[in-house]
Amino acid sequence: MKLRRSMMFMPGNNPGMLQSAGIYGTDTVIFDLEDSVSIGEKDAARYLVANAIKYISRPCEVAVRPNHLSTPYGLDDLKAILPSKPDLIRLPKVETPDEIKQVDDMISEAEVKNNFPAGSIRMMGAIETAKGLMKAYDIATASPRMVALAIGGEDFIADLKTTRTKSGRELFVARGQLILAARAAGIQAIDTVFSNVNDDEGLYNETVMIKEMGFDGKSIVNPRQMRIVHEIFTPTAKEVEYAERVIVAYKDAMARNLGVVSLNGKMIDVPIVDRAERVLAYAAAVNVNRGGNDHE
Amino acid sequence: MSNEVVKNFAGAFAKIPTGRMVGPKISMNKPHTNKVLESLEDAIDAVGLQDGMTISFHHHFRNGDYLLNMVVDAIARKGIKGVTLATSSLAAIHEAIIPHLESGVITAIQTSGVRGKLGEYLTSGNLKQPVIIRSHGGRARAIECGELKIDVAFIGAPNCDRNGNINGRDGKSACGSLGYATIDAAYADKVVAVTDHLNEGYVFPITIPQTQIDYVVAVDSIGDSSKIASGALRITKDPLQLLLAEFAAGVIEHSGYFKNNFSLQLGSGGASLAVARYIKEKMLRDGIVGSFGTGGITGVFVDMLEQGLFKVLYDVQSFDIPSIESIKKNPNHIEMTASYYANPHNKGAIVNNLDVVVLSATEVDLDFNVNVITDSNGIIMGASGGHSDTAAGANLSVVVVPLLRNRLPMIRDRVHTIVTPGESVDVIVTEYGIAVNPLRQDVLANLQNKGLLLKTIEELQEIAYKLAGKPEKIEVSDEIVAIVEYRDGTVLDVIRKPL
Repeated sequence: MKLRRSMMFMPGNNPGMLQSAGIYGTDTVIFDLEDSVSIGEKDAARYLVANAIKYISRPCEVAVRPNHLSTPYGLDDLKAILPSKPDLIRLPKVETPDEIKQVDDMISEAEVKNNFPAGSIRMMGAIETAKGLMKAYDIATASPRMVALAIGGEDFIADLKTTRTKSGRELFVARGQLILAARAAGIQAIDTVFSNVNDDEGLYNETVMIKEMGFDGKSIVNPRQMRIVHEIFTPTAKEVEYAERVIVAYKDAMARNLGVVSLNGKMIDVPIVDRAERVLAYAAAVNVNRGGNDHE
Repeated sequence: MSNEVVKNFAGAFAKIPTGRMVGPKISMNKPHTNKVLESLEDAIDAVGLQDGMTISFHHHFRNGDYLLNMVVDAIARKGIKGVTLATSSLAAIHEAIIPHLESGVITAIQTSGVRGKLGEYLTSGNLKQPVIIRSHGGRARAIECGELKIDVAFIGAPNCDRNGNINGRDGKSACGSLGYATIDAAYADKVVAVTDHLNEGYVFPITIPQTQIDYVVAVDSIGDSSKIASGALRITKDPLQLLLAEFAAGVIEHSGYFKNNFSLQLGSGGASLAVARYIKEKMLRDGIVGSFGTGGITGVFVDMLEQGLFKVLYDVQSFDIPSIESIKKNPNHIEMTASYYANPHNKGAIVNNLDVVVLSATEVDLDFNVNVITDSNGIIMGASGGHSDTAAGANLSVVVVPLLRNRLPMIRDRVHTIVTPGESVDVIVTEYGIAVNPLRQDVLANLQNKGLLLKTIEELQEIAYKLAGKPEKIEVSDEIVAIVEYRDGTVLDVIRKPL
């Protein structure tokens, strides 16, 4: 299971940030060539990012957000970046499955040309418009490379012609639909950034809400946000312990050929066992992640 | 300098001092004499300041100090030359004295550090005599044993009465502790108190007593209060500094020294102050109450005192308004002198009781030596300060330094200037990992298997070189522009003029 609790954006034209991006312990770093890089810097950024990926090894997943293929920059971005073998390409403003297929083909070509194992470069798509959301499932299933869907909150809210609120009501439907599409396609759902880096409480509340809704992780813009996000997504010791007991009860019931599994007088049916297995797999992944950091 | 034979550094505790402490000339004050003079010029006349004498100042006003520049201007106007300036430290604002260095008013400087343009000027060897760099403890030692003989001390006195009783707690230039000034007042032959808050009543508590003050001069302003003490010094938000601080706190937590009644010294900014945030969390989580905190004190440390996490604070320099307020009203916030703080040649300075200190660095090397005074171009821009004093005294000295600054590796084969010898440095913390000095196998054993990113110092250097390449050595001439004294008076290193 690939953890993507935190996906941290870094502007691709900042060498200091690119150099140190991997140290903070986020699950993924996203080197951005799109909205955080001004037009005058876009060419410098793509070469900087290509080299930053090629020459520095990092303990976390390395993703790149290129410009949309409809812009003058997107094609050049991909041409420069793919030979460096990023782990993941995050496409912005996806509205149709064809956009996914187009980039999928480009990646396949690059994999062959550079002798990379087929399928080693993954993809994810950010849904930032209502139009894109209507096609979310088709986008999610457009390529076997697709590992996640994300929601791009600011653009989406603008597209809906409404504003951000504390309750998050404006994104409620979009978030819900995105999760449905992602789950139906069997891939992950990643929530949008919380841009006020000084509002820890706001970040905490939003992250709890989206985790409860079913998201697998959240995009962040600052290493300081990582702590809160990881805390919320990581199963607590109590949750892990309960999950272990569920599994034990289940295995015990199976071994004794009992028709019904029960724990503390409560009936444990298949969904509960599934959830327990997921919690344990998640906890194991977090532990591996921690250990993984020690060795780089 | 005196005619003593110069000895080289031979180890942190190698030099055994001999001889006696010195004292100022004996004075007499006839009853009902008025000490208050009209101007600095009058004071300069009255103390008999002449060519070739040594004058001193404290640096409690930091970059808001007006006094040093004012006095040097006045001395220049009087046509006095060849003066040695022996201040506890120099700030960027003191670049104003450069014309007086050029014209020979000041011909020698002894200080803990130099910043800004003055640092560049002095690194270029413009003074005939090398600058003498001492730590805070080393300066106290030199004054007490007579190696640094002060003819006239000018004391910036935030709160001063007509008899010359002084403290730093009130007045528009209030600075809290006067830890670096007390020794000058006690040992200089002549002492002039300069104040912008002449207290018509009676100053209490008395940090510097009237028995040591020859004259009092009132001026409009001795400093810029906004630069002397701002609102509370905030913990940094820089993610890299916070990461360094978090790692350092992890080292402290598992070092074996993190237990009830432990004592701590923090820095005044960056990662070495941010450590407080993580240490505090751990202290609250584990129910640990410390004994004392020392240093340069900031609002962050005051908060910890007020929350009962430490029992007392020993304050040699108060950095911000909350610390000044605290020293005024909290009996557990104790003012201390530079000698009490860090003098290696007395019966026990407080650094000798310290458990943990967190320090910064401009660069470090494979032998764990630390540089805090010259930058990557060999220019003097920092200060020795209490670095070597606290590192020598503390049970655990932790140095936090980013592996790279602006694409330059900060772990060298050999630092350009040694200020703190490697034998005093126990752990170096970078964002890419933590290196423990091989001399501290006990600490290394405690830190293993605790989830800390342990590496050897060579491995860390290797990571830096892989990212940024190996930096070139700084080319220097033979000309020595500064001598770095270790706290015991031996010569630890010299700074040569870069080519």
